[in-house]
Amino acid sequence: MHELELLMGGFHTALSWFNLALMLAGITLGVIIGVLPGLGGANGVAILLPLTFSMAQRPGGTTSAIILLSCIYWGALFGGAITSILFNIPGEPWSVATTFDGYPLGQKGRAGAALTAAFTSSFVGALVAVLLITFLSPVIAGFALEFGPPEFFSVYLLTFCAFVGMSKGSPWKTIAAMMLGFALAAVGIDTVTGQLRMTFGISVLLKGFDFLIAVIGLFGIGEILLTLEEGLEFKGTAAKLNMRVVLETWKELPRYWKTSIRSCIVGCMMGIVPGGATPASFMSYGLAKKMSRDGAKFGTGVVEGVVAPETAAHAAGTSALLPMLTLGVPGSPTAAVLLGGLLIWGLQPGPLLFTEKPDFVWGLIASMYLGNIVGLIVVLTCVPLFAAILRIPFSIIMPVIVVICAIGAYTVHNSMFDVWLMLVFGVMGYVFKKLDYPLAPLVLALVLGDRAEDSFRQSMLMSQGELSIFYANKLVGTITTLSLLLLFSPLISMAWDAIRGRRARSSE
Amino acid sequence: MQPDKAVGSNRAWEAIVAITFLVFGAIVVWDSHRLGSSWGDDGPQAGYFPFYIGVFILVASTINLVQAFRSGAKGREAFVEWGQLKMILTVMVPSVVYVAAIDNPWYSLGFYSTSVVFIAFYMRLLGKYGWIKTILVSVGTIVAFFVMFEIWFSVPLPKGPLEAAFGYA
Repeated sequence: MHELELLMGGFHTALSWFNLALMLAGITLGVIIGVLPGLGGANGVAILLPLTFSMAQRPGGTTSAIILLSCIYWGALFGGAITSILFNIPGEPWSVATTFDGYPLGQKGRAGAALTAAFTSSFVGALVAVLLITFLSPVIAGFALEFGPPEFFSVYLLTFCAFVGMSKGSPWKTIAAMMLGFALAAVGIDTVTGQLRMTFGISVLLKGFDFLIAVIGLFGIGEILLTLEEGLEFKGTAAKLNMRVVLETWKELPRYWKTSIRSCIVGCMMGIVPGGATPASFMSYGLAKKMSRDGAKFGTGVVEGVVAPETAAHAAGTSALLPMLTLGVPGSPTAAVLLGGLLIWGLQPGPLLFTEKPDFVWGLIASMYLGNIVGLIVVLTCVPLFAAILRIPFSIIMPVIVVICAIGAYTVHNSMFDVWLMLVFGVMGYVFKKLDYPLAPLVLALVLGDRAEDSFRQSMLMSQGELSIFYANKLVGTITTLSLLLLFSPLISMAWDAIRGRRARSSE
Repeated sequence: MQPDKAVGSNRAWEAIVAITFLVFGAIVVWDSHRLGSSWGDDGPQAGYFPFYIGVFILVASTINLVQAFRSGAKGREAFVEWGQLKMILTVMVPSVVYVAAIDNPWYSLGFYSTSVVFIAFYMRLLGKYGWIKTILVSVGTIVAFFVMFEIWFSVPLPKGPLEAAFGYA
């Protein structure tokens, strides 16, 4: 139970008044960000990241900084449910499945029950994921201490193959978007040889493309443009949430314990594998629909249909931090932005973080417990306030969000060129979204590009250019095989369906 | 133009994006080849990794291009309608002007003063608010941002003549 001791130390760090105030501020900001169109977890954290630069330089400041940012993330996860249930607008991609039953519940006048169920099951999902992080991450980090460049490259490979294998759309579009991210990451000075790559004599390209700018443009400006198409008005159900409704819903919730456990498992598993939160919420909804006794009523507004996707989305969103902390491989775009923050503050995410900066790691993990408790209280008590934000006319909200995005893009490097880039990425995000090019793999490739390239080059140096190094021992061979299985899983499942279909037909 | 006229079909835009990808991939491959995409004296050259990235882009976008032309009914659907595009332009054009006002080689204004004008512009144009409400909201929002960024978190934003008049440069 060495972990518990370390966790207690973490609580000691996280429970200062300053950090608790930051948690409250972070959660509140996060919910607002989650509710506003055009701002979500990833770009919200990206925009607020520069605010932590001066904070992180103080002693112990990095822990406070990560507490602020991660609480914005939890807040955004909670906030997505509010817009889904009250306005039928999923604030985040993983809240799409919440609209299926959440919005009909609201229409039936049970918005309060839907919100309570969503928040509570989010909390449960997050809690299970944090428990998993607490006990599993030291093990994984210890394991990963032995990793060399080939092992790390195979983990990166797994990340990217998972995107291709689990994408709902065309795998070729996923590959194109991902490779675009890698190519953009390569622009600038090559760290190994010092040569200039793809700069074509343009001096602003020397420092390359920062993924934070891409995140703010693609998700922020791009999202605003998409929202504009839908028109300017938001029509929503009124939000009333009093203690009586909360308690009544809480009495009802234990009935769905089976759905809850199943969703937690789906969420945690999908969260550790990258790109998981959105498919996890859909998968969990689908499973609940298939296995529940009330399965036929799903979609007409049942509480269980809110519990399933919300639990899984939060479990996945939280456990996405597990590979980020232990291996330096983020599981979601928001986790990628947090990883970017760590790098800017001078911390190296990965297995060494656990041995070199235990205060930071355990402070963060302790803050996950506290942040989710604070979050549950904040959202349960302040829903009407947050819902009121969506009633602010679009003609005010829209320019304010553009200004916020511009400030965020500028402050990353104090460069106006980045603000121009943000606008370009915004148009790109809009076109890509409309044509089903996925944005998450692009962002992740942009973040991990240099590290993936370094580990690949080092592996090639070790083996003198032989690809067989990725099968040199059991560990790296297993990860590589898994990656290839995931990469070809669309083909495998197609073949499987074809065989099963033929059998079913022949048995008729 | 009619208000609901389509601006390009999905298929046309799929093709445009795929061709843009192809051009980009070709640039990556060409530049990696220039840097050397093979094995140097001391290991992989600078273009070794990007070269294969470029090749992947070329392969994937060629398939995307072919699939764009094989898409059926969905391909013929409108990519964006003129009315929608007009809304998008009412955001993009002023945004470009806004950024250009802050960053141009001739006479740059400050972040804060331009932001006030930017917000006020939309409140007047889309919201049809009165002048008093417009000024209160736009100035109030930006003052709040100023306090937050410039004073609390000490993150400086570019300033111009108007900000200098208030004593901040």
